[in-house]
Amino acid sequence: MSKTLLMQGNKAVAEGAVAAGAEFFGGYPITPSTEIAEELSALLPTIGGTFIQMEDEIAGIGVALGASLTGKKVMTATSGPGFSLKQELIGYAALAEIPIVIVNVQRVGPSTGQPTAPAQGDVMQARWGTHGDHPIIVLTPASVPECFRLTVRAYELSEKYRTPVILLMDEIIGHMREKVQLPAYDSIPKPERKKPLGPPEEYRAYSGAQTDLVPPMAAFGQGRRWHVTGLIHDEYGFPDGSGKATQELLDRLFAKINNHLDDIVETEEYRLDDADFALVAYGGTARAAYAAVDLARAEGVKAGLLRPITIWPLAEKQLKALGGQVKHIIVAEMNRGQYVLEVERTVAGRCPVTLYAKCNNEAIAPAELLAALQKAKQHTGGA
Amino acid sequence: MFMEQLIEKYFRPGRLPHIWCPGCANGIITGALVKAIYRTGLDKDNIAVVSGIGCSSRASGYLDFNTVHSAHGRALPFATGIKLAAPQMTVIVITGDGDAAAIGGNHFIHAARRNIDLTVLLYNNNTYGMTGGQYSPLTPTNSKASTAPYGTVDRPFDLAALARGAGATFAARGSAFHAPMLVDLILSGIRHKGFSLVEAVASCPISYGRQNKLGDAPAMLKWQRDHAVPAAAYEKLNDEQKADKFPIGVLHQADAPEYTEEYAKIIARARKEGGH
Amino acid sequence: MRQIRLSGTGGQGLILAGIILAEAALLDGRLAVQSQSYGPEARGGSSKSEVLIDTDPIHYPKITLPDTVLAMSQEACDKYTGDLPENGLLITDSLFVARLPDRPVKNVFSLPITRTAKEQLGKVLFANIVALGALVKITGCVSAESLKKAVLARVPKGTETLNEKAISLGAELAAAGG
Repeated sequence: MSKTLLMQGNKAVAEGAVAAGAEFFGGYPITPSTEIAEELSALLPTIGGTFIQMEDEIAGIGVALGASLTGKKVMTATSGPGFSLKQELIGYAALAEIPIVIVNVQRVGPSTGQPTAPAQGDVMQARWGTHGDHPIIVLTPASVPECFRLTVRAYELSEKYRTPVILLMDEIIGHMREKVQLPAYDSIPKPERKKPLGPPEEYRAYSGAQTDLVPPMAAFGQGRRWHVTGLIHDEYGFPDGSGKATQELLDRLFAKINNHLDDIVETEEYRLDDADFALVAYGGTARAAYAAVDLARAEGVKAGLLRPITIWPLAEKQLKALGGQVKHIIVAEMNRGQYVLEVERTVAGRCPVTLYAKCNNEAIAPAELLAALQKAKQHTGGA
Repeated sequence: MFMEQLIEKYFRPGRLPHIWCPGCANGIITGALVKAIYRTGLDKDNIAVVSGIGCSSRASGYLDFNTVHSAHGRALPFATGIKLAAPQMTVIVITGDGDAAAIGGNHFIHAARRNIDLTVLLYNNNTYGMTGGQYSPLTPTNSKASTAPYGTVDRPFDLAALARGAGATFAARGSAFHAPMLVDLILSGIRHKGFSLVEAVASCPISYGRQNKLGDAPAMLKWQRDHAVPAAAYEKLNDEQKADKFPIGVLHQADAPEYTEEYAKIIARARKEGGH
Repeated sequence: MRQIRLSGTGGQGLILAGIILAEAALLDGRLAVQSQSYGPEARGGSSKSEVLIDTDPIHYPKITLPDTVLAMSQEACDKYTGDLPENGLLITDSLFVARLPDRPVKNVFSLPITRTAKEQLGKVLFANIVALGALVKITGCVSAESLKKAVLARVPKGTETLNEKAISLGAELAAAGG
């Protein structure tokens, strides 16, 4: 039976994890993500799952990756400084292709920064924080119901593509409470990773022979003994020092994501159909953007919003189309301008792209974006 | 069973020869591990071997179990996750002195504190062999290292004492020279329910021995023969006699609640008291 | 849209009060968003909890212009009433707030909230519920019935009667005026 509740964003993430069939959480306390750990410490054992608070952030992701190898769906959650510590093993998960959902509830940084204040300064860290070249999937919820839905979605993508998926939240969404209607969890299909078939001795944990480039993954302890390593490896998982192995493995890691962008990349459009001026905003900032669009429309500015829900990989197709449609794009974010760089690169001169940035412990307010839209209209010459 | 048969049974076909240098004692220690596993009679499917980074940690790739060659220092978190998520599995950690005591030191003491049922086989060659002989937390004071051309100032850990102090319920030390005894110690460690440390004194003639003029591989093994003293006898030595000796054997054994068993009780309680 | 700010000192239960108010709005069939300030402020310093109530979807989750501010400490009254418009509503706890904002606010209720909790219910910790009783009586932002339901769903077992009493004491204070 579904239920309607007032719920906090962080709690909705915990509920989403349980609904998706997650059975393991490893982590370390850090504001403003701690409620996720607290909720799961209570929830997981009731379904036979395991919660463990580890000695540090690195161990928090390490223990979860170990559990994932046994076939469990796993989660770790943190905020900026802890996210930095986890980066080493995010690279491991990407290379060894171990599914995991990593939540980062962003706060003001760098360093300890403002632990309880909202920011969106980890957008580039989520993309490029770990070492080496790698693909990554990053989802950004803008509401409490979406915290639930995108957590389930994160598991679907993580299991389907055998890859770490980052749920990049911010303090606004993590800590606010609003109405959420939770479906009955047994009505939610549980994301499952592809299981190997055929004789165990022929199992190749890293063979891209399958059409979608994602090899099936055997669970430890169930008869297929395979090797997991952070070294460049062959199809069986054994170290291979050749340049050919490096090229082939990295090509496949990128291709398995890039060949499925239509499945992975999700955006939302709000009043964009006839818009001349577009806001691009994600996460907590998008909440002000909806309101600003309504205010602008009421004042005769044909405004709309493109909200990237998958912020990595980049919604290139949608952004290019937007650049061809509108007269001006304003990217709003709670940092000093990160996502705007990618939007600008992608729009590539089709229309002007400007930044509305703010990082002073407070959410960007609708009136600020309204003023930015009005200014953009004036500059364009009153269309 | 002869070593040839053990190799056939427990080593992956086509993965040998190993990467270790001629004279390295890691092969002896890995051999002792598979002998101990053979004596447990455990099913290979039910064993996970998790290693970190370094010379010894390459062993996981050669062995025909569920194996993880994890990141530097992180073998214990991975192993903890496997054990918690699949408590029926026997989980063995292969690590080295730098991997476990330096970069993984925090994980080491906390795994010991939890008394989770893992067996840590630590190959102690007193150096970072793979990167060419830098000093580790188990390098004796005044040793030469590629990063200590004037000799080391640092005092080494006594890892067995550290493990005991942190809450481990089994701590033992063996050596490559005393290989049959090492097999017994590893077997006891695996059979012990709780966190077990088996430190295996290894030898690295290339990266450590050469810098410290310790002779060739046989000379380094003979050093082990001449300086290892059974734990009971070691206790009877005076401080002066102890100075250049090290004890081998079971150094600590105790009973304490094991983590996964205790967590199983939490699950039972949470289920009874009702979900959400 | 109603924009209500509950402010005071950490430990006065104002975050819980905000959650209860938002839950009561949901029980009324409306939408609500609750948020709060955290951190050093939440541990002994000033604390605020904000509730937005509307029949339409609420996009921006923070207060843009409050219509009601509850101030349960002098510091909160000084700090969190600056954006309250002249026709707004200010409810203060007369035990703690001696000095009102030095600009005109039409509707001010200075009520002995904490004193009532202590004297009539034996514990100051009922002050947040007394305050809710008063606030709901004055504003009608949620129905009395939903408020009662929401309070009873959140408070510890065994304290239901006292909490119901707290709501009606608050309503009585409001009816008596400020």
